Amino acid sequence: MSERATLPPETEEPGPEEGEPTDADGPTAVTNGAEAVVRALENAGVEYAFGVQGGAIMPVYDALYDSAIDHVTMAHEQGAAHAADAFGIVSGEPGVCMATSGPGATNLVTGIADADMDSDPMLALTGQVPTAFVGNDAFQETDTTGVTTPITKTNTFAADPDGVGTDVGEAFALAREGRPGPTLVDLPKDVTNAETDRDPGEPHVPDTYDVQTEADPEIVERAARRIEESSRPVLLLGGGVIKGAASEECRQFAIDHGIPVITTMPGTGAFPEDHELALEGAGMHGTGYANMAISLCDTLIGVGTRFDDRLTGGIETFAPDAEVIHVDIDPAEISKNIHAEYPLVGDAGTVIEQLDAAIEHPPEAAKWRAQCQQWKSEYPMRYDAPDDDPVKPQFVVEALDAATSDRAIVTTGVGQHQMWAWQFWTWTHPRTWVSSHGLGAMGYGLPAAIGARFAADDDQEVVCIDGDGSFLMTLQELSVAVRENLDITVAVLNNEYIGMVRQWQDAFFEGRHAASEYSWMPEFDKLAEAFGAEGFRIDEYDDVAETIEAALAYDGPSVIDVHIDPREDVYPMVPSGGDNSQFALSEDQL
Amino acid sequence: MTGEMEGPAPESRQRPAGRRNSQGIRIDPEVEAEREPRQAVISALVEHEPGVLAEVSGLFSRRQFNIESLTVGPTEDESRARMTIVVEEPDPGIEQVKKQLRKLVPAISVRELPADAMRRELALIKVDADRPDRVAAVADMYDATAVDACPETATYEITGSRRKIEAAIEAFSRFGVRELSRTGTTALARGSEFTAAERPIETQVHSPRITSPQPTADDD
Repeated sequence: MSERATLPPETEEPGPEEGEPTDADGPTAVTNGAEAVVRALENAGVEYAFGVQGGAIMPVYDALYDSAIDHVTMAHEQGAAHAADAFGIVSGEPGVCMATSGPGATNLVTGIADADMDSDPMLALTGQVPTAFVGNDAFQETDTTGVTTPITKTNTFAADPDGVGTDVGEAFALAREGRPGPTLVDLPKDVTNAETDRDPGEPHVPDTYDVQTEADPEIVERAARRIEESSRPVLLLGGGVIKGAASEECRQFAIDHGIPVITTMPGTGAFPEDHELALEGAGMHGTGYANMAISLCDTLIGVGTRFDDRLTGGIETFAPDAEVIHVDIDPAEISKNIHAEYPLVGDAGTVIEQLDAAIEHPPEAAKWRAQCQQWKSEYPMRYDAPDDDPVKPQFVVEALDAATSDRAIVTTGVGQHQMWAWQFWTWTHPRTWVSSHGLGAMGYGLPAAIGARFAADDDQEVVCIDGDGSFLMTLQELSVAVRENLDITVAVLNNEYIGMVRQWQDAFFEGRHAASEYSWMPEFDKLAEAFGAEGFRIDEYDDVAETIEAALAYDGPSVIDVHIDPREDVYPMVPSGGDNSQFALSEDQL
Repeated sequence: MTGEMEGPAPESRQRPAGRRNSQGIRIDPEVEAEREPRQAVISALVEHEPGVLAEVSGLFSRRQFNIESLTVGPTEDESRARMTIVVEEPDPGIEQVKKQLRKLVPAISVRELPADAMRRELALIKVDADRPDRVAAVADMYDATAVDACPETATYEITGSRRKIEAAIEAFSRFGVRELSRTGTTALARGSEFTAAERPIETQVHSPRITSPQPTADDD
């Protein structure tokens, strides 16, 4: 590859003669690269951007000053990336985050990696030192495209002022099309400052980018026969079902054909958990009934899932009796971890409709459905809550669920609190569970709640269920919630531990609590008040309902410091690489 | 610690009958064996722009694909470059290589070349020139071209299949090899067949189970 080889500018782009503004109310003509960047965002329908100012990105911010796009200044660039990520999850449109070069860009990295692992649509714009300085180790220079190549769907170094708007438009479109993911455009300061009159036009993907939406009809036919003949079918819905807006098609498909449904963690909300066919989540901390069903099924229809190791446990024991029908828009996911006998590449909703049309009669699975119901009663998701113990975290999750509407949005950090939230909330709607799944980034919850708030409808509550360790990583973003007067409620399930590590140390490291014990935490309610948020504290069961009600009723950001039972563990549990059917119900079964 | 749940213990639960191998394939008599690695030549037509080579090489290291050689150069279309990548992986790994390459936005077309594809390498070999006539005789045998000579050394260029180049190196080694530089494999499909052409990316996935392993072949 020649260095910095440039292609001729795309001459088919609407030039100023086509895209020229015609009336006084319309957009003014683009005069420089930064304005082309902002115009590309406006043309893409972007309403919000999350970011932090800095030297190399200043021209873009200057152009944003005159734009209708609302910029939310975050406390830290990691917060900007997580906020944009959550905005993307809730709205389905790419969230936009911005940062300057060097440390601004590297601070985005955790959030970009998170979006990449979870296929969340996101566009990151980073400032860069002027082109002439690139490669000379200039002040605040980092090879941002180099650093982010393995964690973006694609990234671009914008070398040409006439093409920079198109670069941004393409990156926006690529973040959304096909399998979504984060994209990044690195914007050298001389390029954004340079004169150009190129209006980037509507965002579109490059001509060479091709996505297969419909699966091979012949394989669909074979898969349909397999489903008809199966006696123990399971539908496994992953995050791709929600990303592909196919929850309704999948719900109808499951009900019409009487197929029990399991969701992966990112697929949470794709199927209502109050339906009798719902077995909820499988995997490491999935329900006992979901893990029994996924282990004993004879036909597994996986839709929009990448068969992650937290779901499969050991590959050798994963659904070992099942023939696998795998629906995914990304061919590279098919047979990557689990071999698929029926590879169906395409859009989730489209392929499910193809399958539905091809199936002539539902499988005879009455016995299997009864078996699944029996497992539901054999392995109930319960916990003991004796009055004289400290408050159980599961109780708090259930109380929050009871106090909020069906479409309330929950964000979380990562760890025990995340698992309790996932297990004990009854999920009924897609795009209401907002979490860091693949990357497992502690500190995700609060900035995600901020991003989710901007994407949510006014009547949707936004609740962040956080852990003390996770909250401590990004709590400076409370300043943003207060400044923007965002109605969010943070419940910190505080056990003064990095709880999941403590649980693993008890199970696998002879109870040696190396660096997992904080023993002391700030008083989060008072800290919240210092930020200008409303602070609450829960110590006893009697406080729970009342305090939650008051915190939710508060019109603005509120934080509840919930002092939970520090000894509480997350069960059921399949140890890493274990057999899903051998999930432990307590530590002595590990 | 608390958090215990109720229900039948692990040993009293129903167990599935089957098992998968470590490649995620259900074990039945036909496929019980783990697949052995084989060599595959993959040709990728990519956008000729900065960063693509880094993206491709990064993909190979990040996903731990076993790569033998990678060559890259311009094509008949100045906006495109062709990469020829020789990998050694079991079938599922080769399928993954192709699919992951196709996912890269600058990748236009990716294809595994058939066994009869034309494959060539080039080597420059610098040997001691103590016995010029004998060196020349070996060079003649392998169609090597002299590119440089001085009283002490002679440098030859050899092109051909990997097997031929390795044989030539072996033959030259008796004169004392001072330095050696090799290019890796470049390849094209034979006849009117396209190697990896401007057309929609092949997205159709075929089950690796029905893909028969292709023997590696040299041309000469």
